[in-house]
Amino acid sequence: MSRAGTIARRTFLIGTAVIAGGVAFGVYAYKREPINPLLKELGDGQAALTPYVRIDQAGVTIITPRADLGQGVASVLAALVAEELDIAWNDIRIDFGPPSSAYYNGIAAAEGLPVPATDGSIKARSARVVGDAVSKFLGLQITGGSSSVADAYEKMRIAGAAAREVLLQAAAMQTGIPKHQLKTRDGSVITPRGEALSYASLAAEAAKIEPPRKVRLKPESEWRYLGKPMQRIDIVAKSTGTATFGIDISMPGMVYATVRANPSIGGGIKGYDASAAEKARGVIAVVPISGGVGVIADNTWRAFQAAELIKCDWAPPPYPPSSAAMFETVAASFTGERQDSRLKDEGDVETTLQGDGVIAAEYKVPYLAHAPLEPMNAVVQLKDGRLDIWTATQMPLFLVAAAAEVSGLKAENVHLHSLMSGGSFGRRLEDDYVRQAVELAKAHPGSPIKMTWRREEDMTHDFPRPLGMARMRGAVRDGKVEAYDLKVACPSVTASQIGRLHMPTFGPDIAIVAGAWDQPFRIPHYRVTGYRVPELVPVSSWRSVGASANGFLHNCFLDELIHAAGADPLKELIRLCWHEPSRRVLEAVGEMSKWGSATGKDRGRGIAFTLSFGVPVAEVVEVSNTPRGIRIDKVFVAADVGKVLDPTNFENQVQGAVIWGLGHAVNCELTFKDGVAEQTNFDAYQGLRLNQAPAIEVRAVDNGSPIRGIGEPPVPPAAPALANAIFAATGKRIRELPLNKHIDFA
Amino acid sequence: MQLIVNGRTHEVDVEDEMPLLWVLRDVLGVTGPKYGCGIAMCGACTVHVGGEPVRSCSLPVGDVKADVITIEGLGTPAALHAVQKAWVEHQVAQCGYCQSGQIMSAAALLSANGNPSDDDIDEAMSGNLCRCGTYPRIRAAIKTAARELKGRPT
Repeated sequence: MSRAGTIARRTFLIGTAVIAGGVAFGVYAYKREPINPLLKELGDGQAALTPYVRIDQAGVTIITPRADLGQGVASVLAALVAEELDIAWNDIRIDFGPPSSAYYNGIAAAEGLPVPATDGSIKARSARVVGDAVSKFLGLQITGGSSSVADAYEKMRIAGAAAREVLLQAAAMQTGIPKHQLKTRDGSVITPRGEALSYASLAAEAAKIEPPRKVRLKPESEWRYLGKPMQRIDIVAKSTGTATFGIDISMPGMVYATVRANPSIGGGIKGYDASAAEKARGVIAVVPISGGVGVIADNTWRAFQAAELIKCDWAPPPYPPSSAAMFETVAASFTGERQDSRLKDEGDVETTLQGDGVIAAEYKVPYLAHAPLEPMNAVVQLKDGRLDIWTATQMPLFLVAAAAEVSGLKAENVHLHSLMSGGSFGRRLEDDYVRQAVELAKAHPGSPIKMTWRREEDMTHDFPRPLGMARMRGAVRDGKVEAYDLKVACPSVTASQIGRLHMPTFGPDIAIVAGAWDQPFRIPHYRVTGYRVPELVPVSSWRSVGASANGFLHNCFLDELIHAAGADPLKELIRLCWHEPSRRVLEAVGEMSKWGSATGKDRGRGIAFTLSFGVPVAEVVEVSNTPRGIRIDKVFVAADVGKVLDPTNFENQVQGAVIWGLGHAVNCELTFKDGVAEQTNFDAYQGLRLNQAPAIEVRAVDNGSPIRGIGEPPVPPAAPALANAIFAATGKRIRELPLNKHIDFA
Repeated sequence: MQLIVNGRTHEVDVEDEMPLLWVLRDVLGVTGPKYGCGIAMCGACTVHVGGEPVRSCSLPVGDVKADVITIEGLGTPAALHAVQKAWVEHQVAQCGYCQSGQIMSAAALLSANGNPSDDDIDEAMSGNLCRCGTYPRIRAAIKTAARELKGRPT
């Protein structure tokens, strides 16, 4: 976007807000990183204005431009602004804001770089600045990669401070009192005589003032919200059934719809017979959509029932039909031709791993569905050349572009109203459900249409986490791990996902080896190689992405080597770890779990560590081997995200991520037969239930590291810590997920 | 047919086999109970019928012979039920989608058993899935609500 365009948008934003009876504040993004020439090339007007504060007669609204998928980001981002702007917690109102490149995510792109998070060199920092600049240039408004807090930490506090400055200045002009004699308190400017001028009353005056380019941020010691437990803004609504999810939207004249697409993702439809469905009660229309059929009715259940009456003639799957055939493709991919990366290659693995004493293993991980509890849905209305969409998305601008493409409208005529989501775990990085809803709107313009997927539709069109295999070899000497050679083969999430956005990818896919190649261990002979399996089922980012599989693969075989060396797992990990913050996290989890103390009969303790998304996390799992099977008794977690902005939310996110990691490891997999996922509902894809959920003790270790997010990093170590604990308790080494294929759980 | 929901009587003209959930959501506009699975495996649709917790996604409306209470009828933002109050205090919800069902299961448990053991909680709550993994907080909130309810005159 040109500089003129950016400036015009800025003028436009302030202008329209004033016309609407309010004012929008923005700020210039400040950079902590050294200035890169590329950034200068972009010009400081480029996406520099980031509007986060809107004030109108009703009060202050904070724009929190990241999708709240349950991770609580709206509250944390609002707190960043509120802290500086000085408003009372209970007065905070939030809005997800319009889709805009001004809300680009400067951190998310860094995760795809071949630069480990532990690398603080000039080269690594420059690479991250380029990642930020590319994101800025492309206007990537993305929620993902546990990056929201790191991205917003300065930007949004600056936005709050700049708005406060403007309001103080407005009050000075209005009252004639010098600005330095004015203070603020809970949404008002306070005069020396104690008179309170509400921010709302100052909005019109403030609209005339240019926000300052430089502001002073509060020192931490003066924080009233940040770093302390905050009540989530949505907590009362979510505890009373009054929160509005996309599936709950209701409008006058709204009709209800569902779709059935080829359950082999991406397979087409050769024909269909809807004669029975068309006669069913409440059915308004049966319409063709890409690769399937849609039913529009006067009630969701009637649409569901009618959809099942349609006889569909599906085209064959565009990938091998069975899981066995897919795993054969994976197994055949450990070749020079399919080698994608070798980002870690230290010492001399080839020479060391020869002859007797080489330990070898093969591991397997399955496809996994995101399966958020709120099935995919969207409300759409196409009327008078305008398309409105109400839904939750992690990629608002891409969603608008997709809707424009399908509808044939210009993007400026597509209006996305972003909503909170009943889970996502990466699922709403895809736009398939909105494309379908827009197709329905084209076929049935005028009325609002609420499209809801049946759970079976959701499970069979999930864009899962890829399956994968690993082949490892290693050697030990003098009670120490001497060599570790890890080869991982899986399809490329990045190529699959970015390909669906019609964008090219180049270079290796870091996701294939993430959570393995970049671990802070010093092993004399240490190599990690990624192999790219040809795309099978289309795949996508699943909570913690590549590290979700590699945390298991890397940790479990390392545990095998440590046991072969006769070493203590915690002590050996600490000895191997060169990265101080990571080592402290390991030490902390050891202390929390009283590692080394007796566990008792038929009990075992396992440890695992993964550094992902810049966050080192160590977990210890304790299990009992009971007559009814393995029981997970307790989990200890230590993590370093730098500063914790909300300790309650932090703990909740860690506990949830651990349960996510454990649950999928225990009993979840997506297998394919005749090209269709065999697990179509929660009877066959359960995860942990409350009766199986362990107590989870959490500690934040602050090493003064840069601030990071916590939504994903506790996932990767959960599965391997459990598998290692099962080994400790039973002597049984399980090298395939889910674990319940090999052992029973209580 | 007649349906009493949260104390209000409604006349609805629907098929007997339509699940109660969809009558509530799409006919009466009561959207607190959620659709998650349609086969009584996730519990997001849990409501009370005649005081008993039921999975409304799998209960044909024709079989509803008693008053229905949904999360909206349990308490409101201005007048929270003890269970809801505990849910707020423990900051249980993440995405919140399953919580209507969790809260209705917990409220039914506590009205039948004022002092539930961990095993009682396991049994009453294991039919409610939470993909976000808020179980540790759910367990703690139920214990808090039990204490609060016990302190009250009956």
